[in-house]
Amino acid sequence: MNKLDNRITRLFNKKDQRILSIFCTAGFPGLNDLKTVLESLEKNGVDMVEIGIPFSDPVADGETIQESNKVALDNGMTLELLFEQLADIRKTVSIPLLLMGYLNPVMQYGVERFCKKAASVGIDGFIIPDLPIVEYAESYKSIMDVHQLSNILLVSPQTSEERIRFIDEQTDGFIYMVSSNSITGKSSGVSDQQVAYFERMKALSLGNPGIIGFGISDRTTFDTACASASGAIIGSAFIRAIKNSENLEQDIQQFIETIIPKN
Amino acid sequence: MKYQVDERGYYGNFGGAFIPEMLYHNVEELRYNYLKIIEDPDFKKEFNQLLKDYVGRPSPLYKAPRLSDRYQTNVYLKREDLNHTGAHKVNNTLGQILVAKRLGKNKIIAETGAGQHGVATATVCALMGMECIVYMGAIDIERQKPNVERMKLLGAKVVPAMSGSQTLKDATNEAMRHWIGNPTDTHYIIGSVVGPHPYPDMVARFQAVISKEMRFQLQEQTGSELPDHIIACVGGGSNAMGAFYHYLDEESVNLIGAEAAGLGIHSGESAATTVLGKSGVLHGSKTMLMQTPDGQVIEPYSISAGLDYPGIGPVHAHLCETKRATFYPITDEEAMKAGMLLCKLEGIIPAIESAHALAVLDKIKFKASDVVVINLSGRGDKDLATYIKYNKKNLQ
Ligand SMILES: Cc1ncc(COP(=O)(O)O)c(C=O)c1O
Repeated sequence: MNKLDNRITRLFNKKDQRILSIFCTAGFPGLNDLKTVLESLEKNGVDMVEIGIPFSDPVADGETIQESNKVALDNGMTLELLFEQLADIRKTVSIPLLLMGYLNPVMQYGVERFCKKAASVGIDGFIIPDLPIVEYAESYKSIMDVHQLSNILLVSPQTSEERIRFIDEQTDGFIYMVSSNSITGKSSGVSDQQVAYFERMKALSLGNPGIIGFGISDRTTFDTACASASGAIIGSAFIRAIKNSENLEQDIQQFIETIIPKN
Repeated sequence: MKYQVDERGYYGNFGGAFIPEMLYHNVEELRYNYLKIIEDPDFKKEFNQLLKDYVGRPSPLYKAPRLSDRYQTNVYLKREDLNHTGAHKVNNTLGQILVAKRLGKNKIIAETGAGQHGVATATVCALMGMECIVYMGAIDIERQKPNVERMKLLGAKVVPAMSGSQTLKDATNEAMRHWIGNPTDTHYIIGSVVGPHPYPDMVARFQAVISKEMRFQLQEQTGSELPDHIIACVGGGSNAMGAFYHYLDEESVNLIGAEAAGLGIHSGESAATTVLGKSGVLHGSKTMLMQTPDGQVIEPYSISAGLDYPGIGPVHAHLCETKRATFYPITDEEAMKAGMLLCKLEGIIPAIESAHALAVLDKIKFKASDVVVINLSGRGDKDLATYIKYNKKNLQ
């Protein structure tokens, strides 16, 4: 039973398989590309987007996303500017949008102000990997709830069943299943061990759907992920696809078609 | 007890464990076990024996006569520079590798800036026959060649951190990334009182041997366990925490930290975190952090690579906020002068980090009866090139 009503919970009530979610870094490749990126992703059938807030020290990310963070910061990206760029986004984009980033920029912006601003531009939830659950429960949850914002939590293959169930209770939207013990952009292909972990998660029959992220890069890995979960998130592979793009709309269309071919 | 970590891993408003879920298992395993391990009699016996026979402890507490004369007070030097490997760092690496062994780990990773912590880690890995990988910023590898060679001689693999600004904070990021990818067989030996709980507390407990010895040495030499002032340099803050630890609740003892002000606090080239920093989250804890208004971490600068870090340990942020400790910014120039003075007056070449603590003697007018202990955290062998360059410049 969803406690929150936002585009994320509504999406999963309508569709519970083959959800394709894309991660992009705000301010990358060009400072003002975000709007084009989001519109093209929706147009090509992507179900949901995680917008990365660039940070100087992205500890959970591999080289590709680190590099995109650096490019975005060098371009002049800030949280303030990100909200400006998103001001009118709901006029043209209707799929769920999440902000994904590290805690420090959010703290400096001010948690309350951040939530209010995010909700006002039409953001549906957050993924903040270094925000621990205890801190979330103590000082963030009540503010996010007021604004109908989902706080998406991660689980990894090391997470115990007891903790997975606790995380399932704390989150509302979906659970971000980190595919292996690794940072983003590392693995190629999905191992038997990983499939066993996905299946173990499935067998828990959690309240929230699971979406698999980290190491999903192409049609094969996407299909494998979708066989055991409600969908998957592609990050580094997408960043690579648009890195040197001269025609974003065309390159995005081509990339998405390799993952979910048009019939 | 008000300066000790609480059960949530906090020192007042600072601390905690701000880590991604992929590190939760590693850190929780450590948190759950560390006190049980280090309070176990077998552990204590092995640790203390090695501190004595391998590190060469207790390190002397030396009354520096000519320095005392010069400043018209009583200056005592706690000689951590005489430890094996040349600094206080080995107190911590030895403690942590014994913890790692008891957790069943057989691989060690570490970050290093100047290379002192890297050398101290490589050393204990050789001692225990464990595999050792040290992450070091590509720029630091260039400027600290001798320590890179020492680590290699000791059997460690030195991996350049190519990301970000390619210095200490990036080496720390890389070590954390490595740990995420290797959660079962690897222990991460953090080099200072930084990182997620329980690291700041664990490292403080291993460095606490410094002030434990100071108490009985002062009793012997001055007739009182309590000095009037203790001065130590603060990078992350491990040598300072070691020197303060057994005096935290002795409010009559003045605790003083020396921070690197680089070319000057407002020069844009500084590492004086308590002056320039604001509360923020980096490397797993909430602490004082040098950052832009947008929350991006600022790359610090200091002549001494060991103080070249944009944060301080959460315990120091707490000591600063509660005013239990006072922090003085010391410029490159002031530190170099103080370092040279110690060479001339006492025949001791200090690490440039430690020279920052010595420079506080010029900042405070101490009473003739005061007992002032300076924690001489390391020796200056690694800094010869910097001393030579400084002298050449000043002769011109
Ligand atoms: C000799 C010496 N002193 C001090 C430091 C700073 O570290 P901390 O503040 O943790 O003692 C270092 C770090 O490399 C060092 O080598």
